Amino acid sequence: MILKTTRRVAGAAAILAATTALSGAAFADAHGGVDLSGQTVEYVIPFSESGGSARWANFFAPLLSEHLPGNPTVVVRYRPGAGSTSGANWFQEQDTADGTLIFGTSGSTQFPYLLGDPRVRYEYNDWQVVLVSGTGGVAYLPADMAAMMDGLDATGLQGQEFIWGAQSATGLDLVPNLAWEMLGLDVQPVFGIEGRGDGRLMFERGEANIDYQTSSAYIRSVQPMVDSGMAVPMMSWGALDDDGNIVRDPTFPDIPTFAEVCEATPACETEGEAWDAWVTFFTAGFPAQKMIFLPGNAPQEVVDAYTTALREIIARDDFMELAAAELGVYPQMTGNAAQAAFRLGTRVDAETRAFVINWLEESYGVSLN
Amino acid sequence: MELFATAGPALLDALALIAQPQQFAFLVLGVLLGLSVGVFPGLGGIAGLSLVLPFIFGMDPVAGLALMVGLIAVVPTSDTFASVLLGIPGSTASQATVLDGFPLAKKGEAGRALSAAFVSSLFGGLLGAMVLTAFILVARPLILAFDIPAMLAITLLGLSMVAILAGRIPLKGVVAAGMGLLLGTVGLGGAGGSPRMSTYDMPYLLDGFSLVIVGLGIFAIPEIVALLRQDRAISKSGDLGRGWLDGLRDWWRNIWLSVKCSAIGVMVGVIPGLGGSVVDWIAYGFTVQSAKDKSQFGKGDIRGVIGPESSNNAKEGGGLVPTLIFGIPGSGSMAVFLGGLALLGYDPGPHMVRNNLDITYTIVWSLALANVVGAGLCIFLANPIARLTTIRFTLIAPFLFMVIAFAAFQSRQSLGDLAALMAVGMIGIFLRRFEFSRPAFLIGFVLSAQAEAFANQVYQIAGSRLRRGGMEGMLDYVASPLVLAILALTVLSIWIGIKQGKQVLGNDTPPTGTKRAPVAFMLAITAYVAVTVWDASTIRYTGDKVFPLTVGIATLIGCVVLLARMRVAPEGHALFADNEQGGEDAEAPHGLWSTLGWFAALLAMSALFGFVIALAIFLVAFFRLRAQVSWARTLVLSAAGIALICVLAGTLGRDFPPGLLQEVVDLPWPFT
Repeated sequence: MILKTTRRVAGAAAILAATTALSGAAFADAHGGVDLSGQTVEYVIPFSESGGSARWANFFAPLLSEHLPGNPTVVVRYRPGAGSTSGANWFQEQDTADGTLIFGTSGSTQFPYLLGDPRVRYEYNDWQVVLVSGTGGVAYLPADMAAMMDGLDATGLQGQEFIWGAQSATGLDLVPNLAWEMLGLDVQPVFGIEGRGDGRLMFERGEANIDYQTSSAYIRSVQPMVDSGMAVPMMSWGALDDDGNIVRDPTFPDIPTFAEVCEATPACETEGEAWDAWVTFFTAGFPAQKMIFLPGNAPQEVVDAYTTALREIIARDDFMELAAAELGVYPQMTGNAAQAAFRLGTRVDAETRAFVINWLEESYGVSLN
Repeated sequence: MELFATAGPALLDALALIAQPQQFAFLVLGVLLGLSVGVFPGLGGIAGLSLVLPFIFGMDPVAGLALMVGLIAVVPTSDTFASVLLGIPGSTASQATVLDGFPLAKKGEAGRALSAAFVSSLFGGLLGAMVLTAFILVARPLILAFDIPAMLAITLLGLSMVAILAGRIPLKGVVAAGMGLLLGTVGLGGAGGSPRMSTYDMPYLLDGFSLVIVGLGIFAIPEIVALLRQDRAISKSGDLGRGWLDGLRDWWRNIWLSVKCSAIGVMVGVIPGLGGSVVDWIAYGFTVQSAKDKSQFGKGDIRGVIGPESSNNAKEGGGLVPTLIFGIPGSGSMAVFLGGLALLGYDPGPHMVRNNLDITYTIVWSLALANVVGAGLCIFLANPIARLTTIRFTLIAPFLFMVIAFAAFQSRQSLGDLAALMAVGMIGIFLRRFEFSRPAFLIGFVLSAQAEAFANQVYQIAGSRLRRGGMEGMLDYVASPLVLAILALTVLSIWIGIKQGKQVLGNDTPPTGTKRAPVAFMLAITAYVAVTVWDASTIRYTGDKVFPLTVGIATLIGCVVLLARMRVAPEGHALFADNEQGGEDAEAPHGLWSTLGWFAALLAMSALFGFVIALAIFLVAFFRLRAQVSWARTLVLSAAGIALICVLAGTLGRDFPPGLLQEVVDLPWPFT
């Protein structure tokens, strides 16, 4: 078993190296002789039918079917369990190399991997990434609280007691929790809500007085509250530019980023281990949130066929319109860009990991085993 | 109130959209698909919706809507077949229907029970749609009034139904409910992720038990095993007594009950975060509480079917409200539905009611229309399908084992699912044998997670209010008029339950034998609860600890009191109820363990050879050895069973449980 994995890691590393070297030239030959006609592509996600990942997968499945060579049937399969780690562990064992198996992960799959959760028996570096889909998030406050901020400086909020509805300490909500703590705010997360929608309802009912939503939910459900004066945007998490710097979110160009607010708030620093930890988990949770993988042993022409198909999909005239409701207006990355985002979103320094684990333990009494 | 001015035209637009033949055809297609999936226990609306989701993209929006809505609408209707005919809760929506529906089927009145259930569903669905048409315009502030303390209060109201369903010895019902609550806490804690009664060495347990498996284990397995031991048809007389016309008449006689339960369904359904799982129990509890003569409940009272069935379709309509106007799904199938809506280009949220009122009404009234088509079709089919209860049950049982094993496997796609099904099935068998209320157990399980989450959240928020607004600020929050009103209802429900609950299982004396077996089971429960309490006490994260600890200690006290009472009570006391000592079970020609052994063998062989090969061996062996039918029939029946399950799995795109054999050899589907 160990031998097998090691061999696979080695193989994957070689292929990965080849991918990076070849990816420039390989796209000239559109489909590289790969033909999936009459085949069924299983698009497996480690989540149940009802989550956001299911919506994302069902959005791409018919498009892939249209654009892959030979127009295979693409079906979405669900393997939920253990916060997506059981599905990812399953995919680690697969060696279907002919392109009839792809796997979609999300931030919930990356976080346990980054944190060293004992349930994780998968290795992202064994897989080959073909698509990275990002999203963003916006934090918002009730109007009276927002008035206490001095421009971008959040110092005025420091004496207040905040409550917000959070899902779990170790999931995506880690990112806002850490951000607020870095700003010196006293935010008490009420853990155990079912989804971010429930957190928004708590805010609307006045039970919570700070919250964040991912981009599409913000536009859909928070913007009306902002328009009516009930809520005021505080900051966005930002987006990554091509060089990996945090810049204003293209969907919300008028909302300052956390980096700007942190800069302006004396208590907060945009360097040091807390900042590094925030950037690592922000990247995994937002700009590199959802990815599609092929197994490590899939040959280069299969990887290229997928990359080409996904590029065609993203280049469709109607893609923006189709994607607006589902995915927001974020870059869908393929090829080298996907590689870069993948690396940023799945890599963590030992010190950063230790810092976060310690912080989770001290702030919330949550331990990972 | 400009909204009302636009409501009329929007409603007309919606009706015009639905009335087009093409949309109607898609609606009927959805209904037919929903019916075919819904009749299989454990495969509900989610399985059906996932089936059509790949085709939704690019469809004409109204046609796509009609297809999805048609499918959603009939699942709580079609699952009634399994509940009434086989005693298997088809989905969460029809758990309570089992209590009286199945005894009616045993009396030979399956047709009557089914048609009463369907006409109730139809009526509930229509009433729900009518209420929604007006309500959806003003729902937002009303829904926002339901804060977390109010949701906790409703959860407690749901739990209070245990009182009326507790059975002969109320304390046994309380212990059963406590065990259900505790089983619901198994796995990683919702707030802090601490493992409870589970370890990282057994990953299966970390996710806890799924409702499908617990529902099948607690109700289906004990009933199937008990019936199979009899070697006769489900209907005791072997034929069908009263038919579907009687069911319609029964419903008409109880029309007000149906109205009230539909109203309960809509009201509970619209509150986001509660899910539909409590509705049918609240409706059932209400039905029993409000009835004058309670002696027949649990033994085949038609009102016990009409009540929950009226509420569960109305609930689907109610569940649409939070889904559409907040974009927050009220249930798993609603979540998939939301995904489908997005594929059609609709984006549910606050603006949906304002800007797309015609689409909103299209959804509401498609649901109503689908109810009419679906329930109508079901009423038509009630009598022919009820004939199933006149067939020798030994010929049906192996197929049921096949379907429930397959359904259970869908919850996690792991062999652990089959082991969990077997383990919970054993608990169910013992609860049935020693007369612990199984409904109480299931209510506890269903409400466990939300009771814990809401209680923790209220505690935290109330604490913050106390610090910021003083005592007054906190009381405004936790003791709002709405909360107090629901709590008053809860107290009333418990009071009625305690006063009258004993009548529900009748006043006759149960069979009893020696003290040994009941006391041994009681000791086993006590030991398990004690271990749970110890396990909870070792958790460091307070949010994950308090609930199992509190419930565990309360249950433990209940267990100890029961044991003390058992010590002093004489041998013939109802405390020692043991259905193996008299009545139907004792006189059965086949033993309990040998019968259960067949099912255990199927699961064990699946672990070795994979499901399909195991199934082939099981079916042939069962029909030949247990049912003793001819080789020709054995082969025909076995082949039919395997073909059925392959078609089902193939269309739904589901896998079969693999065994050790599949680890070694790569076999083609369906043997994988």
